[in-house]
Amino acid sequence: MPGAPSSLVQATAVLEAAEEGHSLWKDAWYRLRKNRLAVAGGIVVLILSVLCFIGPFFLRYSYEDQNLSLRQTPPGLQHWLGTDKLGRDQLSRILYGGRVSLMVGLCATAVSLTIGVLYGAIAGFVGGKLDGVMMRVVDILYSLPFTIFVILLMVFFGRNIILLFVAIGAVEWLTMARIVRGQVSSLRKQEFIEAAIALGLRRRRIILRHMIPNVLGPVVVYTTLTIPAVMLLEAFLSFLGLGVQPPMSSWGLLLKEGAEMMEEAPWLLIYPGLLFSLTLFSLNFLGDGLRDALDPRASKD
Amino acid sequence: MLRFIFRRLLQTVPVLFIVATMTFFMMRLAPGGPFDSEKNVTPEIRKNLEAYYGLNLPLYRQYLDYLGRLLRGDLGPSFKYPNRTVNELIKEAFPVSVELGTYALIIALILGLTAGVIASLKPNSFFDYVPSAAAMIGICLPTFVLGPILILVFALNLKWFAASGWEFGSDRVLPALTLGFYYAAYVARLTRGGMLEILTQDFIRTARAKGASNVRIILRHAMRGGVLPVVSFLGPAMAGLISGSFVIETIFNIPGLGRYFVTSAFNRDYTMVLGTVLFYATLITLLNLVVDVVQVWLNPKLKFE
Repeated sequence: MPGAPSSLVQATAVLEAAEEGHSLWKDAWYRLRKNRLAVAGGIVVLILSVLCFIGPFFLRYSYEDQNLSLRQTPPGLQHWLGTDKLGRDQLSRILYGGRVSLMVGLCATAVSLTIGVLYGAIAGFVGGKLDGVMMRVVDILYSLPFTIFVILLMVFFGRNIILLFVAIGAVEWLTMARIVRGQVSSLRKQEFIEAAIALGLRRRRIILRHMIPNVLGPVVVYTTLTIPAVMLLEAFLSFLGLGVQPPMSSWGLLLKEGAEMMEEAPWLLIYPGLLFSLTLFSLNFLGDGLRDALDPRASKD
Repeated sequence: MLRFIFRRLLQTVPVLFIVATMTFFMMRLAPGGPFDSEKNVTPEIRKNLEAYYGLNLPLYRQYLDYLGRLLRGDLGPSFKYPNRTVNELIKEAFPVSVELGTYALIIALILGLTAGVIASLKPNSFFDYVPSAAAMIGICLPTFVLGPILILVFALNLKWFAASGWEFGSDRVLPALTLGFYYAAYVARLTRGGMLEILTQDFIRTARAKGASNVRIILRHAMRGGVLPVVSFLGPAMAGLISGSFVIETIFNIPGLGRYFVTSAFNRDYTMVLGTVLFYATLITLLNLVVDVVQVWLNPKLKFE
């Protein structure tokens, strides 16, 4: 948020730097490491990503190989997590689906990050009338039922995965734009920026050295919190049959298939559900930890 | 305040106009049409159908016609449910969604406020960790995971409730819990945060020094400010309850507006989709307005602008 606190922390950080050689980022890293839940969340996310991205190479079955004589087999030695209604190996479908879900999470977040940061930075930096108009647009867009638009977009224009990235990214950029704009416009009025200007520093140096590091914290925090939100939206769309299409796999799609079969084959619902919730859990803890570590206001307690 | 409300209401008109225009042209630019999936449609019948619904006119004429009818509050006939108007369908399905949403909201507020207040009283103690952890689980357990799991446990295994449907009172329990629990988790977190901030303030200490009882301090002094974050969350939450109902109504097979919306989008039922979108957009803007008014009422520091 605007005002003194971040400059204060900047100042204390500078002081500490003089005493002990700690930068703002080192401090944040130190605080993050002390937060056990956040560290655990980070480790789980890392393990899951490695499993999802590398794991499928070591599996005996591919995600789309059907074995109709082994339909809906419960978890066992041959298929560790059982098979689905077409006899496809559930473990491999979960790992492959995880890869798709994580990719959607990352790519769509990247889209929203790019749009949001650029939009917010321009509005905040230019200020004045343009700022007013741009933020008014964001306000209006906020009041629109966006999930509904994403649903319509996916229904009407085929369900391909690129469109999914764009649609989700287009929804999620609004908050990012607001955060960045708030940061930038409050930074512009702060003494250390004025001092930098008074010292005759070049504009590029002011932006690179003073503005960006101060905006980066909230952006990083919000990004980590956007990833689970995006994954949730993807799963929501896939659950309604609008996201990733079979024979591809994603956690949302597996949950949909699992929910349809839960009476006969509950493992098809339980394992993807467990893994999906675990991922969201870890990402949220990591995000919360990062916020406590990087947000100057929250770091006081 | 009246001026504020009036100005905001005036602002919704262009917003709704944009929504109507965007949705209209988005639908029409997309491939497919409302009569594609019907069997036994000879070209002549199709032509007659299209003529009957005015689909053979140039697009701009259809658009203007639609806007004209919209001004009179007429959302047009449905393409998929013969002889039914969109107004009728919404009037029929919406109360179901409202009922579900109301139960869910009540559950969310009761569970969430209680858990949040308890967690805030002794931070970093057992009474904080348990509700906070429960809230985190609630946030990470999306409705489309929790719903099927509840059905699996309480309907299929224990047979306490029916797995789907909307006939008896007991059919309301599982969907309302599924939808409510998710928002309860958010409410709990926001309440905890808001209360923690308020409870350290001077006026709470003053009240305590003057001998006010603990209950009075919490309920009368702290809650009023402490629930502010919850109130501002309610606007987006209502929108979320609405879109959450798409999934819930699909899972539990409930004849509400959310399910209608999804099926009519699949069916290319143009008027039904447009009508529902406009209806939702109006609803969300109005709810946001109510939330804004309540917020100012609770927090005199804010002003109507």
